[in-house]
Amino acid sequence: MSAVLELDRAAVAVAGRTIWSGVSLQVQAGEFVAILGPNGVGKSTLLKAVLGLTPLSGGAMTVLGDRPGHVNGRIGYLPQRRAFDPNTRVRGVDIVRLGLDGDRWGVPLPGRLAGSAGRRARERVEEVIALVGAGAYAGRPIGQCSGGEQQRLLIAQALIRGPELLVLDEPLDSLDVTNQASVSALIRDVCRSQNVAVLLVAHDVNPILPYLDQVIYLAHGGAVMGPPEEVITADTLTMLYGTPIDVLRDRAGRLVVVGQPDAHAEHR
Amino acid sequence: MSDPITGLAHMLGQPFIQHALVAGTSIALLSGLVGYFVVLRGQVFAGDALSHVAYAGALAALAAGVDLRFGLFAATIAVGLVLGLLGGRRAADDVVIGTAFAWVLGLGVFFLAIYTTHSATGNSAANVNVLFGSILGISASAASTAAWIAVGLIALLLVLARPLLFASLDPDVARASGVPVRLLGPLFLAIVGATAAEASQAIGALLLFGLLAAPPAAAQRLTDRPWRGFVLSGLLSVLCLWIGVCVAYAAPKLPVSFTIMTTSTVLYAGVVLVTTVRWPAFSRRGGAARP
Repeated sequence: MSAVLELDRAAVAVAGRTIWSGVSLQVQAGEFVAILGPNGVGKSTLLKAVLGLTPLSGGAMTVLGDRPGHVNGRIGYLPQRRAFDPNTRVRGVDIVRLGLDGDRWGVPLPGRLAGSAGRRARERVEEVIALVGAGAYAGRPIGQCSGGEQQRLLIAQALIRGPELLVLDEPLDSLDVTNQASVSALIRDVCRSQNVAVLLVAHDVNPILPYLDQVIYLAHGGAVMGPPEEVITADTLTMLYGTPIDVLRDRAGRLVVVGQPDAHAEHR
Repeated sequence: MSDPITGLAHMLGQPFIQHALVAGTSIALLSGLVGYFVVLRGQVFAGDALSHVAYAGALAALAAGVDLRFGLFAATIAVGLVLGLLGGRRAADDVVIGTAFAWVLGLGVFFLAIYTTHSATGNSAANVNVLFGSILGISASAASTAAWIAVGLIALLLVLARPLLFASLDPDVARASGVPVRLLGPLFLAIVGATAAEASQAIGALLLFGLLAAPPAAAQRLTDRPWRGFVLSGLLSVLCLWIGVCVAYAAPKLPVSFTIMTTSTVLYAGVVLVTTVRWPAFSRRGGAARP
């Protein structure tokens, strides 16, 4: 197994303020990893650093054996977002297609003139849409798709270049419970069947808990990484925060972290 | 002129109509294509603001005694760039744009006053032309210059089109994929500015929107395929101009800018009506994925 992501005492500062520092971790190929922690600890910043959009202020980071930002063609990215405007009259398939060649200058040639390259591109679009099970609504304007449908189409967009790493920023946040479960299962399936490493920022760990290989818990400017049953424990989190933290389990096996210093984390 | 075919042939034989069609077609095509992205990016208000800048720029040039077109293009492109650099695309808020551009329009009035008091030939005809256009009065050389500028701007837009579409729909992912999103924003508004300057010559600064917003909005209601919508938007804009010119020729009492605006308004209203009535069938039909 080779590491797709490696941080060595990495630090990030935004506008002169250190968000986190001394973070060392490794993500292996095909692993499903969640980034957890209260609001404002820099979970999204970690993803942006992986993409090379936010520079490190210290330490080192290797992404797919290269510097961050140099290998984004091999990374699928799903940013944190609001839904598309309901008036966006562009089909889901077109949104997915932009993930394949949207960065190329010029305009795509129409149907027949595009030749075999155009045919291959269309087949690839159909393939990923089938993979995420979005065939029934991919031809509809994306603004008219539901939150869960939009999220599946965007995952298809992120997968279209056959990435080795998927970087997902709160993909479950705006979804209802049923969709959270089905999108989580979809991400797990993609992770296993395509052997893609997944780095997913989550606000609530419970929908993905059964699928996770590793957890990165960010808090208090630092991070702990390990299997969920080792990291999401009263002892580890108490050590990380430096104040007493409890981890409770309800009858359905759902985890609840109690006593995190950031009040926002519990109310959202 | 009872026979429409003879009437049409007669009309096309007129040099001023030929000039109007050469300049008008290229300007309308440009406006429709640029307008597709203006509407998609929700920048209609910024585009409207640039038409005020076109007015002020033209009158500043007249007051300074230089070619009116120089003032038009310099002002609109510069302000477009500044707007894009300041704002990002949502950040420039309505109140700031509204206030700044009411003031710009005030500047236009100021330059108009200088122009009319200091110029020997000073009259308000130039003012009216900038505000409301004069496509039937455009000269042969001005027509070919306008056409070449439009062709150049269209070529530039075509080069930028796909990354611009990506950046308009999904800026974060586009940026991560290597699209220079922060460069495209100002560059696009500079193109919108140049388009406003072009269209001011044909239909006037105040009426620019008939070609920059109505045909693209109609096209986006007619198709949800982006490239089809892009082309359709340009064609509808050209159609509005042609119909407007023909009607104005047939009924000389009607000003041509009025007939073009009326055509585009009727077109948009008609498309809204048709798509609203057909809407339920419309969205169900598009169910299956056909890339």
